Amino acid sequence: MSMTITEHILAHASGKKKCDPGENIWVSADILMTHDVCGPGTIGVFKREFGNDAKVWDREKVVIIPDHYIFTSDEKCLRNIDVLRDFVKEQKLPYFYDPGTESYSGVCHVTLPEKGHCRPGEVLFGTDSHTCTHGAFGEFATGIGNTDAGFVMGTGKLLIKVPSSIKFIIDGKLPKGVLAKDIILKIIGDLGVDGATYCAMEFAGSTIDSLSMDERMTICNMAIEAGGKNGIIAPDEKTLSFVKGRTNKPFQCFHSSPDAKYMAIHKYDASKLEPVAAMPFSPDNVSKIRDIGDKKLDRAYIGSCTGGKITDFIYAAEILKDNKVKIPTYIVPATVEVENALSTEKIDGRTLSQIFIDAGCVEQAPPSCAACLGGPVDTYGRCNNSEICVSTTNRNFPGRMGSKNSKTILASPYTAAASAVAGRLADPRDYL
Amino acid sequence: MAQDIIKGKVFVVGDNIDTDQIIPAQYLNLVPTIPDEYKKLGSYALCGLPDSYKTRYIAADSVTTEYPIIVGTKNFGCGSSREHAPISLGAAGCKAVIANSFARIFFRNCIATGEVYPVETAEELAKAFKTGDEAEISLSTKTVKNMTTGKSFSFNDLGGVKDVIESGGIFNYARKSGMI
Repeated sequence: MSMTITEHILAHASGKKKCDPGENIWVSADILMTHDVCGPGTIGVFKREFGNDAKVWDREKVVIIPDHYIFTSDEKCLRNIDVLRDFVKEQKLPYFYDPGTESYSGVCHVTLPEKGHCRPGEVLFGTDSHTCTHGAFGEFATGIGNTDAGFVMGTGKLLIKVPSSIKFIIDGKLPKGVLAKDIILKIIGDLGVDGATYCAMEFAGSTIDSLSMDERMTICNMAIEAGGKNGIIAPDEKTLSFVKGRTNKPFQCFHSSPDAKYMAIHKYDASKLEPVAAMPFSPDNVSKIRDIGDKKLDRAYIGSCTGGKITDFIYAAEILKDNKVKIPTYIVPATVEVENALSTEKIDGRTLSQIFIDAGCVEQAPPSCAACLGGPVDTYGRCNNSEICVSTTNRNFPGRMGSKNSKTILASPYTAAASAVAGRLADPRDYL
Repeated sequence: MAQDIIKGKVFVVGDNIDTDQIIPAQYLNLVPTIPDEYKKLGSYALCGLPDSYKTRYIAADSVTTEYPIIVGTKNFGCGSSREHAPISLGAAGCKAVIANSFARIFFRNCIATGEVYPVETAEELAKAFKTGDEAEISLSTKTVKNMTTGKSFSFNDLGGVKDVIESGGIFNYARKSGMI
């Protein structure tokens, strides 16, 4: 059957031989993930609709990862984590990463693969728009609302429309100073924030093949920023090596047929890419750093599901190891595993954590979503005034990192680190 | 409840109204299935709009809106999957959003919850309406009339979406049609 990887996975999950873009099909979920912001509402819908004594459709397939509002004194946020705890206990759910305990992990989209919940060929639904991150592991992963999640929780199924696929072929060697974040920002800048609405964004080519799993996650994470339903990269040896190191469960790999049909195919020559940034107030407001001109900054932020992985901190440290920051620079590892690696990974004999301390960064925060999406006013790194922040996060609409008067500039960890050193938006190639 | 006519004042917004502008993340501590918090979410609807919007969607002394119809442009509801977004609009008293295009998850959440009608149109309504104009939407004739200027505009067929929202969301619809 001639189908894209997305269509292959969805056909398989619906028990059909073939499915076509635009078709509405019932698919079986392999994983349902929810967190502290949408979990209580999802549980509320589940109980309202299936009854107080209802059981989730499959305990092994529900994963609950509190990560958004963890380190706050806000009573409702803390209550919401308690709602999750009660539900996990009542339903005897095996996969719960509870804050304040040894099982706590941090940001859901980095936790899911680390803890072995991402496998090629599967269908993963999550109550978070950045669930598209997990397409990096060759699976269909997309964000849904509480009501749909409540439906999945009770039935294990969801009616979805098969997306048309857009293919992005990126070939060639990335120049020095250019990272996955630059690739995806460039694509979003070209497409626009609604350029892939309802579509699957499939990434392929020799450049994608050469990227680490962390960097592939950065690319798929931001598919939603072009309106995409899912981002996806075909599984290869790197994928299998990562996944098999984390899970024993069987899975099936799918690939796009050579004659699969695409709504559009876009080709990029990686060797011609340059460091870019998305200026306020839209992820598609993208320009080359060297064309932007002088932009004074108030702070830098390195963290989140898209920019707080160990690879992101290694890149930042490559620049910060020989420099001091001129503006407050916030370091937020996505997960405990990343946090631990910050104190074991070394460059020239110093740990990454030590490099950040020596460079004058703000004291490192414990893992969570933190200021990526503003959150309660006591959130670490939140922009509470009119700050201009260069950030490795994924959104910069008005008020995204807190106050409506603040501004976020999205960029790679190289660019964020170089800009922290300069105190102004800076081209990382001048620091490498 | 089958409804054909939606009447009332319109509130006009621009491109890419994202979910942080509809309901800022600091209010995501509220759980939509708790009745008091549902109402509270309504009181914050669209409070994330920049201060350049001189007219606020919810007046300072109110918890609901006087604008049951929102007129948008492209990519309304982009950003997060938070269902708090359509819920806050619905809780505030919004009945329909008419825009040139919607972001996928927001559109889906409008339908799944049955909170507001997401109505797509090819017409440049943001130029034909200003905030405060009176409008009348007829779902059966797929038209919206600006009662202030007397001009009428057409919008796209809602298709299966209409039945789901009329039923009050995806669960009611699924039960009514024997799917669950």
